[in-house]
Amino acid sequence: MEIMKGIGVSPGVVICPAVVLDAEDLVIPRRLVDVNSVDKEVARLREAFTKATDDLNVFRAELKAEHGNDIASIFDFHAGLLKDKTLLNSVLKEIQTSHTNAEYAVSVAMKKLAGTFLAMKDSYLADRVKDVYDIEKRVLRTLIGNAHEGLLNLQQNVCVIAHDLLPSQTAALDKNRVKGFACDVGGRTSHTAIVARAMGIPAVVGLGNVSSAISGGDLVIIDGTRGVVIVDPDADQLTEHEEYVRQYIEFEKELATLKDLPAVTTDGHAVTLMANIEFPAEINDALDRGAKGIGLYRTEFLYMASVIEPTEEDHYLAYADAVRRLDGRPLVIRTLDLGADKYIFGKGPSKEANPFLGDRSIRMCLHNLPMFKAQLRAILRAAVHGDVRIMFPMISTIMELRQARMVLNDVIEELEDEGASFKGDVPVGMMVEVPSAALLASNFAREVAFFSIGTNDLIQYTLAVDRTNERVAGLFTPAHPAVLSLIRDVIRAANRQGIGVSVCGEMAGEPLYTLLLLGLGLNTFSMNGPDVPEVKKIIRSTTTEHARQVARKVMSFDSERQVVHYLREETRKIIPEAF
Amino acid sequence: MNSEPYSPAGPSTMSVVTRDIVIQNHLGLHARPAMQFVDLANQFTSEITVEKPLADGVDEAVTVDGKSVMQMITLEATQGTKLHVTASGEDAAAAVEQLAKLVDDKFGEDE
Repeated sequence: MEIMKGIGVSPGVVICPAVVLDAEDLVIPRRLVDVNSVDKEVARLREAFTKATDDLNVFRAELKAEHGNDIASIFDFHAGLLKDKTLLNSVLKEIQTSHTNAEYAVSVAMKKLAGTFLAMKDSYLADRVKDVYDIEKRVLRTLIGNAHEGLLNLQQNVCVIAHDLLPSQTAALDKNRVKGFACDVGGRTSHTAIVARAMGIPAVVGLGNVSSAISGGDLVIIDGTRGVVIVDPDADQLTEHEEYVRQYIEFEKELATLKDLPAVTTDGHAVTLMANIEFPAEINDALDRGAKGIGLYRTEFLYMASVIEPTEEDHYLAYADAVRRLDGRPLVIRTLDLGADKYIFGKGPSKEANPFLGDRSIRMCLHNLPMFKAQLRAILRAAVHGDVRIMFPMISTIMELRQARMVLNDVIEELEDEGASFKGDVPVGMMVEVPSAALLASNFAREVAFFSIGTNDLIQYTLAVDRTNERVAGLFTPAHPAVLSLIRDVIRAANRQGIGVSVCGEMAGEPLYTLLLLGLGLNTFSMNGPDVPEVKKIIRSTTTEHARQVARKVMSFDSERQVVHYLREETRKIIPEAF
Repeated sequence: MNSEPYSPAGPSTMSVVTRDIVIQNHLGLHARPAMQFVDLANQFTSEITVEKPLADGVDEAVTVDGKSVMQMITLEATQGTKLHVTASGEDAAAAVEQLAKLVDDKFGEDE
């Protein structure tokens, strides 16, 4: 039994066996073998070690022929480990005492060995843990061969454990079988967190070494609400968490009853709750949770889930699919927000010293006009089927906004000339997520149909905190008075100009901030589908006057601690279950 | 350093030989030197153990199999670490002699 603390990034609790993903997507199955089969597994293991050694020797000989002895000798240590009886015996012992299959025994023994290396004081020696991982893979590949179990057809419900989940990996998951995520790295806004919340399953990230502490098949409790992962829970913990899971399901059921009720305060003020999505298929679930439309459709996932650049037709099919599923409800399509932490599949991170301040998002689009135009064309063509709105991300100067509009106008002309079926007068809005845009919100308000405040980037750029860096992630908070005063000013500027304004960052879906945002005059909240009921419950339980009082009080504080403490007190009065 | 190996009986009988060695090469007993040591040790029929005794910075004495590179690495023997090499078997004296020489020659590393 081991309890690990991380950052809970998607709420809920789940108890199920783990599947551990490594960079090569090898899934290590755990099977108990009966006493008679132990010898068979031992034989398989010996064979795998021999074969791995042979393969390595061939590889070394090739290296030696090509690059000389210096390079090849790097692998002498690998060969040495493979023929080391101590190592082989530790795996054999695992099979003989635990009666597991050879793959699982290798994974367990190698993890122990890796742990020994990682604990070494000498950094050079600790670094040799890479060699351990390497030979582990070599042996596993031999054992599993080509018959490794993919994640697409899982036989049972599982939690996925990984160092970090890559977009290409999450795209390939069997979403009906995956019930939770736990990762070594990441923060509240990492890819894993976003996908988990979209799927409505618990996730804990920033756990440090969860992927080496857990072996495939281990029973795991992932508590995404409290940010805890328990490996091999004892009987007491199981009972406690089963009870907790039951309570959680009760709470969810209660929230589900809110689905068809409007999001109005007790004094009759209505707000719009929308959902954020990555894939059109998520729309049905979002509507089931009570969302009234899609306030943020993150189109970059079209790119990240694909090996080749999507064509205009790929874009069109996805958008048309989304529009049809919405059946007349609004769909805000955010144009490509690639770059920095999100890269196109296969291209990897760009070589920029400071990618978050670099050629990303709208800047990248304006530098890649054919790509940008293909997307805009597809959006306008899909717009004939319903209520489509365009949103440009990461606008930092008025010129960028005007340029993007010019490109849109070019596209409209092209489509007109071609006689294509499209809709030209779609509402155009912008994300406010750079402090320069927030500070000049009243200027921007004259040129767009709506604002959407992207709190994740706004916080990062205002507070100078990289949210994915675990060492400073603690400084990342929407509650910082500087962030709050920017948000207040943007909402105020939009309301004065009479344009729409929403918050589509994580903050919109956090119950802690619902009263505050409502009190600041926000009329549209866009969040992950699973968060809609809870936010709605808060809205339905308060008055605009109370929310305004809360906002006034919050704006008088000078530290995020006061803000969080006060908001927690106020919110707890409405939904004690939330905290 | 102990220069005279302990060798109580004549050739072709069981003997136990022990000697103190000090790791002198710059990087210590890292992957390549550990491999050289183990490869050499495996050429002898004697059982070979290596002990890292208690010392400054060594909280716990460890004894490992000198024929296992995995165990040798876990000694974490950095430059200046003192070790006892013990061989027991027919070729114990020669084993200890040659292993000590390998260590004294800094595993052939240029410093």
